[in-house]
Amino acid sequence: MRNLTIALLAIIFVGVAHAETTAIVGATVHTVGPYGTLENATIIISDGRIIAVGDNMKAPDGATVVDASGKIITPGLFTPYGSLGLVEVGFSAGPDDSVQRGDEFTASFDIADAYNRRSTLIGINRIEGVTRALIAPNASEPDESGNTSHVISGLATVVNLGDGPGSIDRRAAALVVNLGEPSVELAGGSRAALLMTLRQALDETRDFRDHSDAHERGQHSDYTYSVADLEALQAVLSGDVPMLAIIDRASDIEILIALAQEYGIRTIIGGGVEAWMLADELAASNIPVILAPTANLPSNFDRLNASLKSAPILAAAGVKIAFADGQSQTHNARNITQSAGNAVAEGLPWDDALRAITLTPAEMYGVSDRVGSIEAGKDADIVIWPGDPLELTNYPEQVFIKGKSVEMVSRQTLLRDRYLDTDDKRPPAYRN
Amino acid sequence: MNKILVVVTTVVVLLTACDAGPGDGAAEPFASRYAGLESGTTLLQGATVLTGTGERLDNADVLIADGKIVAVGVGLTADGADIVDASGKWVTPGVIDVHSHLGVYPSPGTQSHSDGNEVTGPVTAEVWAEHSVWPHDPGFVTALAGGVTSMQVLPGSANLIGGRGVTLKNVPGRNVMDMKFPGAPHGMKMACGENPKRVYGGRGQSPMTRMGNVAGYRQAWIDAADYRDKMEAAEAGKGEAPKRDLRLETLAGVLDGEILVHNHCYRADEMSVMIDIAKEFGYTIAAFHHAVEAYKIGDLLAESDTCAAMWADWWGFKMEAYDGIRENAAIVDKAGACAIIHSDSGIGIQRLNQETAKVMGAAARVGVDISPEHAIQWITKNPAKALGVQDVVGTLEAGKMADVVMWSGNPFSVYARAEQVFIDGALAYDRDDPSVNPVTDFSLGTAATTGGAQ
Repeated sequence: MRNLTIALLAIIFVGVAHAETTAIVGATVHTVGPYGTLENATIIISDGRIIAVGDNMKAPDGATVVDASGKIITPGLFTPYGSLGLVEVGFSAGPDDSVQRGDEFTASFDIADAYNRRSTLIGINRIEGVTRALIAPNASEPDESGNTSHVISGLATVVNLGDGPGSIDRRAAALVVNLGEPSVELAGGSRAALLMTLRQALDETRDFRDHSDAHERGQHSDYTYSVADLEALQAVLSGDVPMLAIIDRASDIEILIALAQEYGIRTIIGGGVEAWMLADELAASNIPVILAPTANLPSNFDRLNASLKSAPILAAAGVKIAFADGQSQTHNARNITQSAGNAVAEGLPWDDALRAITLTPAEMYGVSDRVGSIEAGKDADIVIWPGDPLELTNYPEQVFIKGKSVEMVSRQTLLRDRYLDTDDKRPPAYRN
Repeated sequence: MNKILVVVTTVVVLLTACDAGPGDGAAEPFASRYAGLESGTTLLQGATVLTGTGERLDNADVLIADGKIVAVGVGLTADGADIVDASGKWVTPGVIDVHSHLGVYPSPGTQSHSDGNEVTGPVTAEVWAEHSVWPHDPGFVTALAGGVTSMQVLPGSANLIGGRGVTLKNVPGRNVMDMKFPGAPHGMKMACGENPKRVYGGRGQSPMTRMGNVAGYRQAWIDAADYRDKMEAAEAGKGEAPKRDLRLETLAGVLDGEILVHNHCYRADEMSVMIDIAKEFGYTIAAFHHAVEAYKIGDLLAESDTCAAMWADWWGFKMEAYDGIRENAAIVDKAGACAIIHSDSGIGIQRLNQETAKVMGAAARVGVDISPEHAIQWITKNPAKALGVQDVVGTLEAGKMADVVMWSGNPFSVYARAEQVFIDGALAYDRDDPSVNPVTDFSLGTAATTGGAQ
């Protein structure tokens, strides 16, 4: 009865709404919102939004009722970093649209228009509960002509994995910068140069901000960066857009914290293998970390102190965390639940783990007013599970994105169904 | 007792089989010097035991003595045994990974550590992965924390024939000989598909295509058969023996059945062709590795007695991995073929139980129920079979090596952790007692020496 007020309001709402209304009833709902976990709960969805959630609440008259008794419900999963919809097959098979090389764009490079909502990867990850994703520009090695990608790789975008138009939730959700060992070559071979590249860009942006009129009149000196790049960077300087820094080594993170403070930049750390060593400093600076909880190998010297305890240590210090698995964050973005489960096994509270794959990424990228939790007013991204969603033996039974029930079919389920049925002796190409 | 006798005989056979040298009377080079830690008598009591033979015993005990499994059953007793309270725990055979590059592509993955691919020619059967193994790879220790007690370390897949693989016990050593699984036959790595044709085609040399790949394998086998025939003839007093050739010696070892073929191969059509090549030259393929499309040819795998070693869900990172599905291993298993979950990864090897769980869940979704006692075989008994060591390890049966994992709960739960790992009866890892656990030289002074286990 905690949510009586909301429930009553909802019924009034439903009474006047003409849109189709769905009520999902009977489940244990992990709202990741102010109501925590509700038993035998009802979620009322109308016009793509959640209009009410509460326990012991009746479905409104005329609503389509989905009986989820005995099931577990979570918000849709949010994968906080990757290339979903930007690449089909990773290697030797056509372009990877996440990587941009050449001199023309850096900070202003906007990945959003490369997103392909019809990619086979989208359906495959959607039916396993991923409903939102940050898609990001990447740095990579030079191409055959020697064109390099950039330390300042460009603007990332939040997308929803729905099957209709309107996939782009938020352009310029973060500016991606690549710092640390794999990117050193991009800046001429020393990580000091990486930082200098970033500082130069930020200094030019400050100067441009203060003299843009004069610059346009041709009365101010030329910049290394284009006006488009400087404008994109200005949104970072102003704090409107966070800087997502891909970085692992503790000493580099110390420098980054100081730089973020100096310029007043909102910062998110991606990778962050050694971030746990600076947990208190990151908490004090309100810098969240996206990490792979299972990345415990010193795979390079930036990751010498890799630890399975990263997630629980960071969370205990008050650092906001989200999960992305470096090895499979695109094709297998769905394995975000495995990351969360392993973090729990190492000591992270279960509720924190669920938050890390739902609400926290939404907050990082400024879309938590719409997604990330099951609350009245938010988009109805809902996943119905047969049991604990972090257990690998459990798969979603139904996924809703923006209130729409997703067809639980992907290219992989079609392949499976063709070959699972061994009674059909015809060649596979004739099997449906 | 019969069981133990059978085991002893098998070890002798294995040791003999391993001696694939020219028979010049010299001691076998690089022979195993594995000694094992001190092993007493240990009784694990009151556990849920998955024996690896397809059986599950509840509230059961496992008795270990002198490095061997003595008995598995309910209400066992043993005088003077160290008693481990395993109530609420699950006990399984040690996990075996048939496909690892630990030591040959160790952490840190610097260029100077890149020792897994001899990319100097498409057929390098003369190289042995064991000569690249760096025993201080921190990945061995983190794999141990994941319950891995044995593994095969293989050369990479750049070449059509990449060289010999080696089966190791997951114990620290000063050199690879200290780690070698006593009596295990060598493996030989072959590779289908994209990798060899890309590497050599990119240099404008053969193979540049999949048809070039097949021509390359067949030519190698023709040379090997010729070498073997000349060697045999010379032994029979007919003609002079050819000069010893390390490359042909390995290939001839395969034709003689002493070395087992481990074939990196993704696509069903290519695996089918490889089975035909094996028939043409008279060898069998122990296992296809990666085998992303094995589910399309489960019947052919069953017929040829070839295992498929698979990931749970890696897919799409290259074209030949585009048709990967999570149910792969379940469909192969259902077809009566030997299914294995492998890692090919220093991270993945730490959680082969979880990868198996993904397949179980995916299969259950389409009405194929795979019990824990059945699934555990995919990471214990079946890889032991593919490595040719199934008679001495891979199940909890009396007389076998006491490679045993005690898990905190059902190993197919994401929350389960290996709490104690025994290798040949000795406690090799204890999650609650860091003093038990190995720390590689490389990891000294780092803050996370055992992957967070401390």
